[in-house]
Amino acid sequence: MIREFADADIVYLIEAARWTLLLALTATVGGGLLGIVVAVLRVIPFRPLNWLAIAWINLIQGTPLLGQLFVFFFGLPLVGLSVDAWTAAALSLSIYASAFFGEIWRGSLQSVSQRQWEAGAALGLTYAQRLGHVVLPQAIRISIAPTVGFLVQLVKNTSLTALIGFVELTRASQIISGATFAPLPVYLTAAVIYFIICFSLSQLAHMLERRLHVAR
Amino acid sequence: MSLVELADIRKRFGAVEVLKGISLTLEKGEIVAVIGRSGSGKSTMLRCINGLEKVQAGRIVVDGIDVTAPKADLNLLRQRAGMVFQSYNLFPHLNVERNVMLALKLVRKLDTSAAREVARAVVTKVGLADKLHAYPDELSGGQQQRVAIARSLAMQPTLMLFDEITSALDPELVGEVLRVLEGVASEGMTMMLVTHEMNFAKNVADRVIFMHEGRIHEDGPARETLLEPRTAELRSFLNAVLH
Repeated sequence: MIREFADADIVYLIEAARWTLLLALTATVGGGLLGIVVAVLRVIPFRPLNWLAIAWINLIQGTPLLGQLFVFFFGLPLVGLSVDAWTAAALSLSIYASAFFGEIWRGSLQSVSQRQWEAGAALGLTYAQRLGHVVLPQAIRISIAPTVGFLVQLVKNTSLTALIGFVELTRASQIISGATFAPLPVYLTAAVIYFIICFSLSQLAHMLERRLHVAR
Repeated sequence: MSLVELADIRKRFGAVEVLKGISLTLEKGEIVAVIGRSGSGKSTMLRCINGLEKVQAGRIVVDGIDVTAPKADLNLLRQRAGMVFQSYNLFPHLNVERNVMLALKLVRKLDTSAAREVARAVVTKVGLADKLHAYPDELSGGQQQRVAIARSLAMQPTLMLFDEITSALDPELVGEVLRVLEGVASEGMTMMLVTHEMNFAKNVADRVIFMHEGRIHEDGPARETLLEPRTAELRSFLNAVLH
């Protein structure tokens, strides 16, 4: 049964976009927390843990996200853990994000000049004070652009979860497109929604960068 | 007891021995200019004094604190021995006032209003009262360096170490920084400066140390040492920098 692409479909797509957002948000929080651990393991002066972090990063950055999704969705049931699409999606996107966040934040920390550490030391600041009051504020400012850049990728990559049947924006578009046989208006609408989300994110980044003052 | 004592310190970076046994003492109130070619170990010596570099051998005592002891309280040492760097190293995310206030609050545990008062006083002293709310990237190099000096002075150190603090400045900005230094000197601060400003060394310093290939080659009263060098190395160095 074929019907016209109608206003109700647009509402349906927008509602589905909530799941896109929620999934990206979950992966940001989960991947962010895990990413801090990855960044720390990457820099602490203990080789075996550095290697562990490097292996983690390479494994995740070096394999396709779709493969990771399938491992969780189809692989976990094989070992007796049944997972629904949401759990598999949230878990694999969080792990995926952790590798990227870990590297972005390590790089941001290390790009703050050694001289800033020294200037703090020369004033009698403890290591923790140098990190917290001198280096981190600068590293955070440096990390905003690449972090948001990755977030935009993350939002778009949530569309892959359509392939394990998670009904977010892309899967919803497929469903409506199947019912209306009007793929062009449907996917254009989806594209506009993705664009609004991603564009808002980069605007947010610009705003944050302006507010946090650091050498130009 | 002298304020600073270095006893036969040795420092190597990898295979290169940068300090080959340096011994010197510095009395309270003394102003010492350290000169020498680049690579002669001047800056490294200065950085060893406040523990930014670790020595491989020898002993350093500053204001009663044994810097070379394994458990030396380096943070306490650095409150007593302030340091200003060639590259200013202001904190770019803080304005002038907060650059100065940071260590006052965190290290000297002053409350915000007391820290602000100290910050305003020292920044005024270096002639930048109108720049309290400017960020480092809005200041000239000379202004940034004056703030860096103020930031260090605010901690009320007993000794100030200056590491080529005018070397990165445009020539027309050197004067304003040197005038601030003269002001600090006139208040009786103990100072050790690595510098290429021979006139400043001659007119303001009490004593000049000439370093050559990791050793102290000459050490004497400033004027006399610079006007009548005893060794050929110092003579040729002075010829090179003055012409």
